[in-house]
Amino acid sequence: MRHLLSAADLDRDQALTILETATQMHDVQHREVKKLPALRGRTVVNLFFEDSTRTRSSFEIAGKWLSADVINISAKGSSVSKGESLRDTVTTVAAMGVDGLVIRHHASGAPAQVADWVDAIVVNAGDGTHEHPTQALLDAYSISRRIGDLAGKHVVIAGDLTHSRVVRSNLLLLKTLGAQVTLVAPPTLMPSGIGAWSEAAGFATTYDFDAVLPDADAVMMLRVQKERMTGGYFPTPREYTVGYGLTRERLKLLPPNAVIAHPGPMNRGLEITADAADEARSLILDQVSAGVAVRMSVLYHLLGGAQ
Amino acid sequence: MTDSYLIVGADVVGEGRADLLLQDGVVRRVETGSDAPRDARRIDADGLVALPGLVDLHTHLREPGREDAETIATGSAAAAAGGFTAVLAMANTDPVTDTAEAAERVRELGRQAGLVDVHPVGAVTKALAGEQLAELGLMARSRARVRVFSDDGKCVQDARLMRRALEYVKAFGGVVSQHAQDPRLAGSDACAHEGELSGRLGLPGWPGVAEEVIVARDVMLARHTGSRVHIAHVSTAGSVEVLRWAKAQGIAVTAEVTPHHLMLPVEKVATYDPTFKVNPPLRPAEDIAALREALADGTIDAVATDHAPHARHDKEHAFAEAAFGMLGLEQALQVVHTVMVRAGSMDWSQVTAAMSTTPARIAGLDDQGGGLADGAPANLVLFDPAARVTVDRDASRSLSSNNPWHGVALDGAVHATFLRGRATLLDGEVHA
Repeated sequence: MRHLLSAADLDRDQALTILETATQMHDVQHREVKKLPALRGRTVVNLFFEDSTRTRSSFEIAGKWLSADVINISAKGSSVSKGESLRDTVTTVAAMGVDGLVIRHHASGAPAQVADWVDAIVVNAGDGTHEHPTQALLDAYSISRRIGDLAGKHVVIAGDLTHSRVVRSNLLLLKTLGAQVTLVAPPTLMPSGIGAWSEAAGFATTYDFDAVLPDADAVMMLRVQKERMTGGYFPTPREYTVGYGLTRERLKLLPPNAVIAHPGPMNRGLEITADAADEARSLILDQVSAGVAVRMSVLYHLLGGAQ
Repeated sequence: MTDSYLIVGADVVGEGRADLLLQDGVVRRVETGSDAPRDARRIDADGLVALPGLVDLHTHLREPGREDAETIATGSAAAAAGGFTAVLAMANTDPVTDTAEAAERVRELGRQAGLVDVHPVGAVTKALAGEQLAELGLMARSRARVRVFSDDGKCVQDARLMRRALEYVKAFGGVVSQHAQDPRLAGSDACAHEGELSGRLGLPGWPGVAEEVIVARDVMLARHTGSRVHIAHVSTAGSVEVLRWAKAQGIAVTAEVTPHHLMLPVEKVATYDPTFKVNPPLRPAEDIAALREALADGTIDAVATDHAPHARHDKEHAFAEAAFGMLGLEQALQVVHTVMVRAGSMDWSQVTAAMSTTPARIAGLDDQGGGLADGAPANLVLFDPAARVTVDRDASRSLSSNNPWHGVALDGAVHATFLRGRATLLDGEVHA
């Protein structure tokens, strides 16, 4: 594996190795001196074409704790509108002697294209509605820390699937790790071609959230993007919550040992109630904390620590 | 170049092996070579197919406005290299071809390039804005003699305006060529066929039904107005079904399909290579099969290239932000040969109809697509069906290199093209 562009880039052994290393990296977080020398002398650029405080900070801290020189570049706004091509933008940055490029882009596939143009290793930090592989890794890390090996476990992912890059990476990684996955959404928020896709990729889909909760080991709620509420995807927020929110009533259907995840940021009261978000079995803050450890592990394995 | 050519032993479509003398801009049928003038250049055409010069109903030449991507001269060279003797230049240039003056300018630049007849397509609406009719009549009455009108790149969305356009062009025998795409249904960010692949890749989907509803609407408008409508770049099986029904009703609808929609499946976008980003998008195998069948049985009347050159930097963006379109002129005949003739779905007389005779008729071109009878204008192409050529985008005559067949081996090669008896492609060279 030269880059991390998709969760599909990882086989089971590689994924488990990254998760195992993340456990060690997680310990750094609790040390007085949070610094490892692994990437000393390496330069990592966080090239963000789209705002994301959480993901950018997480990658920045991860790089710094590994002693890499980390530079953040905000390339917000389309390169098209600036009159420069994406290729020109990234090759200019890469020409400065960068070892690693962490790329967030509002368009699907952009990191994969960039990887063809530069010598640096490329990490996909979220591309359009395509993938967010380090989010999937930190989700798997957080869930498995609480409920153990994911092989054979049932993970239910509910929410705005069409526009979620998180779900696409999670589907790939959870399958690699042997979990069963069920996707839940109203028909309007199911990705196109979901029937053939689910058949080929071996996951289930349903419109009936209540029916699958009693059998879940973990439930992952996805953010509903408020700006899309007027797009005809569902009639009203209230109706969405009644059908697809993780409400107090629905929590009762969830087995006591099952955990709750959400990649954030949350719309409390829409896809998840405060009761669910703040429950003892909620992993939401664990996920944030795990983000740094997982990204340290990814950078470490890609940028030479393990070479 | 010499003024006359003796083509010996060509396989003339529809009549078999024959000798053709091209002299004074017309075809002369000769029994033996001794009937030819001594200075006529002899071309051994053994094994070559001779068919009337190709006519492309749908070419983007980018001039004026984007001469870094293509000029009328370079696009004409690409056309000649592909066996074309006439092209219809789409109106979505900058400025838009929406006045008589703009149309005449395009026609004149084509004449100066001297490689193919360049016929401007006039915009249906001013500045392609979809709000007011452009000066359709003035363009028709200009020296450019515009007969085809299109807002291509955009759909004439307003049904009432489309109705008026169809009614208005009846006065001068015009035709409206529709880019069928309901913009609300497709969505403003649509960039790949909506289906399993777009779902997985996270690419905003362009559903086939967004094309089909406009095709259905426009054939009903054509029936209501008694006008001719032409559907540009048909891409779905559903559109074919509507066209088949409409033709059975006697509605005056014609349609075209591009070489890329006949050959390249949606899976080409799986690597996010913007070379394969095109509007309408590449479709699944079942659509391709329906398009091939419809072309073979005449439901689709013509092959048109939608040749869409782009400067490299306009394609070097994330897939969703890259420009739509791909080159088409140079490989069109090879593609049709590869996927239709070699596959046994079409013979050469059908290819002649789809790529020369019928497009010339749709566009109202009297001196193109007329066959190779004695005295006919000497617009013809010699094609070598036995050749097999691996496409090299860097060898293109176009200024752009967004060639979707780069690295692909296609069956056949254009050997020579003649425009009114003058060789515009011969010995691998384009000659103005």
